[in-house]
Amino acid sequence: MYAQGLIGADTASGETAEFLAAFQARIDANEKIEPREAMPEGYRRTLIRQIGQHAHSEIVGMLPEGNWITRAPSLRRKAALLAKVQDEGGHGLYLYAAAETLGISREQMTQDLLSGKAKYSSIFNYPTLSWADIGAIGWLVDGAAIMNQIPLCRCSYGPYARAMIRICKEESFHQRQGYEIMLTLAAGSAEQKDMAQDALNRWWWPSLMMFGPPDSDSQNSDQSMAWKIKRFSNDELRQKFVDATVPQADRLGLSVPDDQLVWNEAKNGGAGGYDFGPIDWSEFWSVVKGDGPMNRQRIAARQKAWDDGAWVREAALAHAAKKAAQPQAAE
Amino acid sequence: MASAEDIFCGLLRLADDHLILGQRVSEWSGHAPQLEEDLALSNIALDLIGSARALYQLAGETEGKGRDEDQLAFLRDERAYHNLLLAEYPNTDFAHTILRQFYFSSFQQLYWQAALESTLPELAAIAAKSLKEVAYHHRHAADWVIRLGDGTELSHQRMLAAEANLAPYLGEMFEKDALAGRLADAAILPDPAELQAAFAADRANILTRASLPVADIESRLSGGRSGRHTEAMGHLLAELQYMQHRFPGQQW
Ligand SMILES: [Fe+2]
Ligand SMILES: [Fe+2]
Repeated sequence: MYAQGLIGADTASGETAEFLAAFQARIDANEKIEPREAMPEGYRRTLIRQIGQHAHSEIVGMLPEGNWITRAPSLRRKAALLAKVQDEGGHGLYLYAAAETLGISREQMTQDLLSGKAKYSSIFNYPTLSWADIGAIGWLVDGAAIMNQIPLCRCSYGPYARAMIRICKEESFHQRQGYEIMLTLAAGSAEQKDMAQDALNRWWWPSLMMFGPPDSDSQNSDQSMAWKIKRFSNDELRQKFVDATVPQADRLGLSVPDDQLVWNEAKNGGAGGYDFGPIDWSEFWSVVKGDGPMNRQRIAARQKAWDDGAWVREAALAHAAKKAAQPQAAE
Repeated sequence: MASAEDIFCGLLRLADDHLILGQRVSEWSGHAPQLEEDLALSNIALDLIGSARALYQLAGETEGKGRDEDQLAFLRDERAYHNLLLAEYPNTDFAHTILRQFYFSSFQQLYWQAALESTLPELAAIAAKSLKEVAYHHRHAADWVIRLGDGTELSHQRMLAAEANLAPYLGEMFEKDALAGRLADAAILPDPAELQAAFAADRANILTRASLPVADIESRLSGGRSGRHTEAMGHLLAELQYMQHRFPGQQW
């Protein structure tokens, strides 16, 4: 579903100044870096971490929405939700493939996810409690993902940039579909409207946290910017998201759960923008550290799928090995 | 002669098979043994639900009482669902899921092939579209049956267990009750009994390649076509119908 403002990157590199300067010159000339080309270790490591986090977010992100597939309220919605969850799995697949070009295996990345070494987006540690959450996730979470990911379509690393172009098209379809669910609920019965408002209340602040810690707290951001792995700061993206999303909430007739939200003419260099209330960063860090409402259940679900599937994967390998050992029989 | 009521009931059986199996397969989404399989199972579930929608729409038009696909899919009592018991059989594990899919797809591929000749042109059109999809489901499931039957001792054992549990439901696919007879005589729907030999041959071929024993097709457990289900069905419907029960008559 989405790339978070990167958590805990270490961009340090041990190369010579000449090598780093030559690499930087390529980046500055907007050249794309391709898999087998020379690159600083810190660049490779930061990308592996970022693409891995992004891939894991797609995969873990299948769980909260998957929670409503069997209970979707109509056949049309059931089919659309299934297709969306399937798209997210497909995003995970492209992203794992992009990370593999940097010399890490999908198996290793999976182990890092299950052991807690690798992170995924904090947003997926919140529960989906009603059908309206499916609308709110599409609208807000896929919406925030697009804000984060559109700039990554111009990322300096070729395979990641190309994966992003493909993924962003589908994310914007998800966002429209989610908003359309919200529109239907907002135009529906009082119960449906309450359901929609409740979902917005619960998903609003976690969606703002998706952009990662405030710029004042993000180490390594400058190096990632210089390498064009990151193109806007967390706070810039968060502001863009708020400015785009508040009018959408107004159109729904729903209220954003922030009593300090106010239009400020002077913001964004005079173009205007919203001032918004303080984000509860202690909640964010507690979720990132593993203490969100659903962290344990999400990892347990991934662990169970991995463990329950072990005999299947082993059988597939064993069968392939037997076939390879045999002289080719007619199939 | 087949009446409009007969056609409606025949289409409903077919639609229920697809909806209930699609619901089952969709339970895997996000939990499959590997990512590629998550995508494949979601794809199969999507196709099944897509076919169910087309069939419910046609059934609703045939009935002429203004019931739409959702009213038919969500708002009936358990006894009014007429799917095969095989379709509602719980996922259990990947062996059961894949063997159930192989059996259903093998049957359904033959069924749609025969339905291309239906005197009901709308059904022939659904058959033509679904045939392409079911060919993929069949190939995918058959490949897995072979891999798992042949793979390791453990996977072989799991396939044997799945076969023992699912075999008693196979005969139900080919039952020709009075309704199926009238619809077959009118060439509206295929005669299920006529599909059994080709199914048995396909099954024997794939199970043999999977190093699994081939027993006769049993007809021990049936009742789905007349609405007598297994214990698993009520739970499946509780989830499927949850929103429609809780918030009746609303737009989603
Ligand atoms: Fe998405
Ligand atoms: Fe995605």
